[in-house]
Amino acid sequence: MLEIVESVAAGNALIVAFVFVGLILALSNWLSKTFTRGHIHGSAIAITLGLLLAYVGGIFSGGSRGLADVGFFTGVGVLGGAMFRDFAIVATAYGAELETLKRAGWVGALSVVVGVIVSFAMGAIVAVGFGYLDPIAITTIGAGAATYIVGPVTGTALGASSDVVALSVAAGLTKSILVMVGTPLVARRIGLDNPHAALIYGGLMGTTSGVAAGLAATDPKLVPYGAMTATFYTGVGCLLGPSILYFIVAGLL
Amino acid sequence: MVIYGVALLAACYLLGVFLGEALGVLIGVDANVGGVGIAMLALIVISNMTSVQLKLGDATASGINFWNAMYIPIVIAMAAKQNVIGAVSSGWMALFAGIAAVVASFMLVPLLSRLGRGGSR
Repeated sequence: MLEIVESVAAGNALIVAFVFVGLILALSNWLSKTFTRGHIHGSAIAITLGLLLAYVGGIFSGGSRGLADVGFFTGVGVLGGAMFRDFAIVATAYGAELETLKRAGWVGALSVVVGVIVSFAMGAIVAVGFGYLDPIAITTIGAGAATYIVGPVTGTALGASSDVVALSVAAGLTKSILVMVGTPLVARRIGLDNPHAALIYGGLMGTTSGVAAGLAATDPKLVPYGAMTATFYTGVGCLLGPSILYFIVAGLL
Repeated sequence: MVIYGVALLAACYLLGVFLGEALGVLIGVDANVGGVGIAMLALIVISNMTSVQLKLGDATASGINFWNAMYIPIVIAMAAKQNVIGAVSSGWMALFAGIAAVVASFMLVPLLSRLGRGGSR
């Protein structure tokens, strides 16, 4: 019996993921209605549950892809992979207002550059605070605080050691997870309730997965605006990290 | 037809990702520069062209709207495949660096939003 279940699941991984996510959302919506009277969004609960399950899955399998490393749930990795994520993000643009984009054009661009520099500076300061003195290591960790892609790209370009690159990835992961969970909690306080603010928020945060999940849990209508600017962040980070930002760090030390 | 909508969406996606990669090569960066953003712009521009709007029937639009609605489920799956252990277990420095970056960025959102509106509000 169990063997048949396992082989069906293995051969239909993506379909299993559909059922799995459907059940998580059903449970989360029920929790939202029953215990918070809808105050906490069902999708916010679902994303948090997803992260918790990723933790459990990581312990269970010892792998680095959360639940997706656990045999029965490999389809979660496909459904939650970059291809489907980006495809669905593009779909959210359908119905977005061209006017809002035009009006916020230059602030949106500015927010990306400011976002990269601020996150980099914070990461670099923390690195120095923890006793790092090598400009390459400081730059790599700062770049990781931008996103977990900018970190390794910068580290590789500068020739950082692999443990420093690993730290930069961890800093980026922390950022992305914190943005997912934290956005709905601070949304009102930072005025994140309109497309214009969402554009700037996306540019400042920059982690595509964090912004995607954070806005989904706050107000799905804001997703296209935040996602739009966020997708430029990693590129700008990879551009500035190993060049200007590294020169500045090296010059300061 | 539903597939027209899906195909249009897919074509915009591929165009954006291709241009993003090309832009990366052009400026010498090992990353996709704004590919998804370019794809979104393409979709917005195409679907806002009045001549196309007339031709985009309900069925076609539902091919795009389906993927729009699948966005949150996909994001939940994405959350479930994150390397949470990697983030939590690599020590305080990485955690602090990530936290500091997020807190500083959050605080800048209202500041820059006001700037964009010319300080009128």
